[in-house]
Amino acid sequence: MLRFVLKRLVSLWLSLVVASVVIFLFVEVVPGDPAAYMLGMNAQEDTLNALREQLGLNGSLLERYLSWVGGMLRGDFGTSYTYRTPVSEMIGERMWISLPLAVFALALSTLIAFPAGIWAASKRGSIADVSVMSLTQLGVAIPNFWFAMLMVLLFAVNLRWFSAGGFAGWDVGFLPAMKSLTLPAVALALPQASILARVMRSSLLDTLGEDYIRTARAKGLSRRQALWKHALRNALIPVLTIIGLQFSFLMAGAIIIENVFFLPGLGRLVFQSISARDLIVVESVVMLLVFAVILVNFLVDVAYALVDPRLRVRS
Amino acid sequence: MNRALIIGAVLSGAFALAALISFVWVPYDVTGVDIANRLKAPSLGHLFGTDHFGRDIFSMIMVGARTSIAVAVVAVGIGMLIGIPLGLAAAARKGSLLDELIMRGNDLVFAFPSLLIAIMITAVFGASAVNAIVAIGIFNIPVFARLVRGAALSLWTKDYVLAARVSGKGAARISFEHILPNVTNLLIVQGTIQFSLGILAEAGLSYVGLGAQPPTPSWGRMLAESQTMFSFAPHLAIFPGLAILLTVLGLNLMGDGLRDVLDPRLRRARR
Amino acid sequence: MKFMTKLSTVSALAMTVASGALAAGDMTVALQLEPPHLDPTSAAAGAIDSVLYANVFEGLTRFTSDGSIIPGLAKSWEISEDGLTYTFMLAEGVTFHDGTTMDAEDVKFSLDRARAEDSANAQKALYAGITSVDVVDPLTVKLTLAEPNGSMLFNLAWGDAVIVAPESIEGIKQQPVGTGAFKFGSWVQGDSITLEKNDAYWGTPAVLDNVTFKFISDPSAAFAAVMAEDVDVFSGYPAPENVPQFEADARFQVLIVDTEGETILSTNNKMPPFDNVMVRKAMSHAIDRQAIIDGAMFGLGTPIGTHFAPHHPDYVDLTAGSNYDPELAKKMLAEAGYADGFKTTLKLPPPSYARRGGEIIAAQLREVGIEAEISNLEWAQWLEQVFKGKDFGLTIVSHTEPMDIGIYARPDYYFQYDKPEFQALNTSLEAEADPAKRKELAVAMQKMIAEDAVNGYLFQLAVPTIAKAGVVGLWESAPTQATDMTAVHWKE
Repeated sequence: MLRFVLKRLVSLWLSLVVASVVIFLFVEVVPGDPAAYMLGMNAQEDTLNALREQLGLNGSLLERYLSWVGGMLRGDFGTSYTYRTPVSEMIGERMWISLPLAVFALALSTLIAFPAGIWAASKRGSIADVSVMSLTQLGVAIPNFWFAMLMVLLFAVNLRWFSAGGFAGWDVGFLPAMKSLTLPAVALALPQASILARVMRSSLLDTLGEDYIRTARAKGLSRRQALWKHALRNALIPVLTIIGLQFSFLMAGAIIIENVFFLPGLGRLVFQSISARDLIVVESVVMLLVFAVILVNFLVDVAYALVDPRLRVRS
Repeated sequence: MNRALIIGAVLSGAFALAALISFVWVPYDVTGVDIANRLKAPSLGHLFGTDHFGRDIFSMIMVGARTSIAVAVVAVGIGMLIGIPLGLAAAARKGSLLDELIMRGNDLVFAFPSLLIAIMITAVFGASAVNAIVAIGIFNIPVFARLVRGAALSLWTKDYVLAARVSGKGAARISFEHILPNVTNLLIVQGTIQFSLGILAEAGLSYVGLGAQPPTPSWGRMLAESQTMFSFAPHLAIFPGLAILLTVLGLNLMGDGLRDVLDPRLRRARR
Repeated sequence: MKFMTKLSTVSALAMTVASGALAAGDMTVALQLEPPHLDPTSAAAGAIDSVLYANVFEGLTRFTSDGSIIPGLAKSWEISEDGLTYTFMLAEGVTFHDGTTMDAEDVKFSLDRARAEDSANAQKALYAGITSVDVVDPLTVKLTLAEPNGSMLFNLAWGDAVIVAPESIEGIKQQPVGTGAFKFGSWVQGDSITLEKNDAYWGTPAVLDNVTFKFISDPSAAFAAVMAEDVDVFSGYPAPENVPQFEADARFQVLIVDTEGETILSTNNKMPPFDNVMVRKAMSHAIDRQAIIDGAMFGLGTPIGTHFAPHHPDYVDLTAGSNYDPELAKKMLAEAGYADGFKTTLKLPPPSYARRGGEIIAAQLREVGIEAEISNLEWAQWLEQVFKGKDFGLTIVSHTEPMDIGIYARPDYYFQYDKPEFQALNTSLEAEADPAKRKELAVAMQKMIAEDAVNGYLFQLAVPTIAKAGVVGLWESAPTQATDMTAVHWKE
């Protein structure tokens, strides 16, 4: 077991190193000079140079890579070129929008998907099953930004139940803050809930077909009892895997929705930083997101290995 | 008879047909600008109305179908072309350094936030349909590599593969002659699903302005451009949105249907 | 249905409570762009001035809404006979927001900083002609110029020449300390900046207690925010197509604000075939300005025939010289040797006037045989490729600096117009102080660039400002990028 964990740890570090090099090189070749962007059309060459010097853009490639990575290891993500504040502070601030939004969306999607999936599975072939499955087909196919536009038009512009976007801020109170995250969370949750409901249903049906369930049924358990007592627990494993994947997707993948609702979250921060050529922010946020995903993968692998010893010899 | 397959095929077939017809004929020119005729509601002359430049939305959706389909097809193609050999190689050399490299590489690509990478690619190379294809294509590679590796691993233990090995065939030859043909069903099903995801991704990218450039119509950009006029000219956003929805829906239904038809194991489990 | 009514009452209640919490003297103003930082003297970003100019920072002179120059921190000034010495008398009792006094030393510090060797001031060139800044006494400053400069008072009114203090310069990018009627409150990056009333202001105090600037760049988000009444004012509203809706809605008032933005089809004068004046003239006849104004700006904007603001007293209307006449354009192209047209690039920056205008222009050029391939760029890419790299055939951009015809005298400027006669005219204009002679020169310059069809002159950019019906005192034209809130208040 220890050997397995060690092996995975080495591979985790290697992945991180490769990822950091890829990100750094990628960001470095992005054309466009941050200093030119900041000073605009009438800037003179000597002014530009002075600013580049201030920003530390004149060092060699290797120097800059090492200082970036070295800083990150100490928890120092550098200073934003444009905002002139520590990147870690900016990330921390945006995190308080992206993280609750992802959790909110995930909670919504789970709350919708679990009952829907279980219901559909327990009534397989019925009208209920068919309609739930058709709705999930629609949910997967609808572009979420389009759905978001429709919701804004209805709930913000016409009915004025919700504000059209922006973030009220946590200092105004929990409820107003959650209210401003509601429409975005619904827009994000819809496709996720649809996927999750489908996975829930098929995973349940798969386990219901397993031998031990048949044995249980043969021993006199009703289909319902078999489902709740035995099948559900086992069917949860693939469902939880999907939830894990969706969470990391939601952290980074909310860019478009954050744009529709002009929420100052992490995705929007990267999007804006790319157009402002605030490269240090781009590098650091992307690296952080990649790190989070790699770490989650690692933890999931280890957890599986703990549960199921056969997996340790995998790969 | 598989109902999902039929509905799916009809829906996606309709859009494919519209895309094909648009090569030879569209009701109106989609690159011309006719300001005097802008923002006209749907009518017999313009089935879906006209947009803010006076262009016919029906024609734009036809040509837009072309853009969407082309981007998604090529992106899936890239994923298959690179992903399948990688998956076959990893399975053939199971447990080797090569396998480990390919699998870790897959994990690494999966770890990157796809939309952010797409945005970065377009920041480097500029926004265009080609770069949208590359951005979507890259994330298709690990999907196919993983799928093929998983399926191929179990095939390698089959008797006929063992027989081929005994007869002295090399790993590469076995992979292409015996393994690949047996995973095509899986590939067709996954390909359909990736195709629909590709359409959605293209719509998302061109919605944020990173897809095909004007004057080439694209559904995502039509939605983006209509956003501010939505409240007084809803037809501008309704039709492109529906086009995306129906195409993706059609492809998903087709994928589900194909899986049921092509994969007897799953069919048993589902019944 | 009943449930729905109940729900909406609840949310209406929540709304009242929320707005009731704000004092009557607060206002939320939306702007498109968020400032990158808060130092107007070391960045070109107009967004910084949009928040801080006149509100937090003041210069020796300042713009009023009609574009004229009035005293700011300098209550009066004297100009020597030869035009080389400017003596400014400063207002008394002015303090910075941190309590330190504003005196001649601060003026010297600010101007020396702007023109210094290592200065990061984006308009450094405007102050390069100053040879020395001398403190005469605490309330008197003397500027000495190398050559007479008729625009010096004007240049000093720019946001780039506001007076800052050496005591607070260190933190200016995050904590700006100025002398204005508002002081900096807080900044939620990515969202908003709040200014508070300065109770110790030296001049006429502001009416409002707090002003919150909210940053909303997305046009559809802007529409939703105004409609949902999340903001009280949207200055520089990004989607002109919504103006009729706001005009029809009694909750709102619409101001169409003239700006200094000459919106032009910039042409690379050094790149064939645009080095041929005949080709450029042909293009100017291929473009239908009114269609562009209608199609891209939904009717907002004044057609221009040269690079000069129509509201400026020295403006001449030269649009007739480049009237829309595609047949003539084709004929001229044929004469120039391009009967079959040619291919070129059209690189477009993000604003919608450029993106939409570009699509229309490409369609119009296609009518006369010119195939302009569109590529949409972000600002950083545009600056790199077009502005710095000069790698473009055509581009569309609005030149928002006031009175900037002088850019045509810079042969290395991105559109690369190089004509000694024009440069000579510009040199005379810069040195000339007499209004009548200045007008004569300005007119000659306008005519010359129109004759040469240096660029395609499209329209003077006008931007709508949408405000709630009760808002009074907003600027009705924008001679410089600013959102002057010092006199704005709610109707009684």
